Amino acid sequence: MKSERQYIELYNEASSLIKQKSCPVMNSVRDAAFAVFEEKGFPSRKVERYKYTDVDAAFAPNYGISLGALELKPSKYIFSFKDSPIDLTPYYNKVADGSDALTALNTALAHEGLLIYVPKNERPSDPIKIDHFLRGTSATMMNRRVLIILEQGAEAIVIMNDRRISPAITEVEENGQQSHPDDTSSLTGREGVGRFLTTQVIEVVTKDNSHLDLYEIEETTPLCSRFSNVYIREGRDCSVKHNSITLYNGQTRNLCDVYLEGENSEVTLNGCAIGSGSQRIDNNTLIDHKAPNCQSNELYKYVVDDSSVGAFAGKILVEKGAQKTASQETNANLCASSQARMFTQPMLEIYADDVKCNHGSTVGVMDESALFYMRQRGIPEDDARTLLKNAFMGQVIDQISLEALRQLLYVKVEKRFRGELDKCEDCQLCK
Amino acid sequence: MHATVAGKEILKGINLTIRDGEIHAIMGTNGAGKSTLSNVIVGNPQYEVTEGSITFNGQDLLAMKTEERAHAGIFMSFQTPIEIPGVSMTNFMRAAVNARRQAQGKEPLKSTDFLKIMREKRKLVEIDQKLMNRSVNEGFSGGEKKRNEIFQMAMLEPTFCILDETDSGLDVDALRIVAEGFNKLRTDETSAMVITHYQRLLDYIKPDVVHVLIDGKIVKTGGPDLALKIENEGFDWIKAELK
Repeated sequence: MKSERQYIELYNEASSLIKQKSCPVMNSVRDAAFAVFEEKGFPSRKVERYKYTDVDAAFAPNYGISLGALELKPSKYIFSFKDSPIDLTPYYNKVADGSDALTALNTALAHEGLLIYVPKNERPSDPIKIDHFLRGTSATMMNRRVLIILEQGAEAIVIMNDRRISPAITEVEENGQQSHPDDTSSLTGREGVGRFLTTQVIEVVTKDNSHLDLYEIEETTPLCSRFSNVYIREGRDCSVKHNSITLYNGQTRNLCDVYLEGENSEVTLNGCAIGSGSQRIDNNTLIDHKAPNCQSNELYKYVVDDSSVGAFAGKILVEKGAQKTASQETNANLCASSQARMFTQPMLEIYADDVKCNHGSTVGVMDESALFYMRQRGIPEDDARTLLKNAFMGQVIDQISLEALRQLLYVKVEKRFRGELDKCEDCQLCK
Repeated sequence: MHATVAGKEILKGINLTIRDGEIHAIMGTNGAGKSTLSNVIVGNPQYEVTEGSITFNGQDLLAMKTEERAHAGIFMSFQTPIEIPGVSMTNFMRAAVNARRQAQGKEPLKSTDFLKIMREKRKLVEIDQKLMNRSVNEGFSGGEKKRNEIFQMAMLEPTFCILDETDSGLDVDALRIVAEGFNKLRTDETSAMVITHYQRLLDYIKPDVVHVLIDGKIVKTGGPDLALKIENEGFDWIKAELK
């Protein structure tokens, strides 16, 4: 089980091409990052932060690397790294934890980067929306790299959406038949069609008195694997809200590390994870209170059905000088079937003596008495289950401050529980 | 009919016929099987019928799912109404009413029509509008919960109602409102099974027949005066008769 071998070979073969397509800021740390990966290899399940995901197995299939160009609509706040208005050297791969093997692999392989840059005191009037579409005619690996920089006093709302692709735009198989991205049987016809592996590193810097509302929404397919590492460093008087919403996926492993480096800052981590079939969703978070008088709030909710597996591990670290920290961490989970499994691990590590921290987690099953009550009123069992799951997840969606998106997500979450979201939009084959 | 819960036999041979328009009161000591009888009729999956049958308007109830029995016109007012956090009363009722309409081959109600019916039925049981925006039974007082049961009965227009200790935990005024609500909803065809420990409720909802259930069997059947006698003398004289 040594999947890293093929990625080391890939790098040795493709690094000159990657470098040629890339830019100096990325190339300047590339070989060093590769050296980290080469030395560490994929983390095994013995590594604490990776114990719920078999990384090696996820990277084992033979993926071709995508070196396609970023397609960006010209915008005042969105740039490719090549066209950055500022020098990225102080930020690139410095916000992130470069010793993480997957971050190192992403740094070695990513050939392009997306920059969201909001200058001092500016507030884009509209949310900045990034859609990631997965496209490819064979099993494809994408290495996505994003840098979000908010200068002093800036404010922004950023929505990143991992989208499913309609087969109409992906591929027509050689025999002329369209195949469905979720349909594993089509893999025999043409190996790896619709199978995607994404690595992502997002580095976020919010300078003093800046405010960011960041949404990551995944609606992909059971054939997609996603490994996302998000690193957030906040200055003083900042607020960051990170909303991680896994509506539909294959295997997802999200890491989110937040460093509260300046006083009086706030972070909110809000997570919604819905699993069914054999999907896997693993969220691993760290909130590091480095400065005093900061607040953190974390709420992650999971509904796991069928034989899906959910995992949540969240650590709140309060460092020695971080007095007057106020922190609340909650992970609540609903196992909707007897085969579904949920692992939960809330953690507190406190080195200051004047703090207020709460953490807790629950794993529950469907409330049978509520189901019976609803059925006695004539609500069919499946609908009653959907109502209960929806009610359970509603609490997370309620937290979403962007009104239009909140309304959209109420609808999407309900559709998801009704099993309608596994049909793709505009798809001719699903109807 | 015999029934068990968690492997323990609770109902040990019940024979009972309720005709259209009749109200039957079931009285009995604690643990006699009164609630088991109601749960078995509506199809609570925790109860198992081991012998016998239940027929409703010619249909074999035991072959029907809980929700199908509800669609057929059976309603139970719960002894302890269930709280459902996160599901608003309005959405809950809409789902229930439309599921029943669907089973009857009717189109779902338009939102405006639905809200109009809600408004009318609410007045009948004097239940506050603000409760409709809350989660089902969450934060309701004991009286509000029981009133809410009768409100749901009004919305669903059943033909056979089970009132499972609807009077428990109600003060005199609340009891009157609930009982009068039920009486207003009754038609000539509505039949009911009223489970109670006390005569008080039967002052408002007049039974045609009174049954005494002891140790899983109906041991005595009579008219309304049987309930009065039990109110005054308790069950001991019936137990003595049995020996």
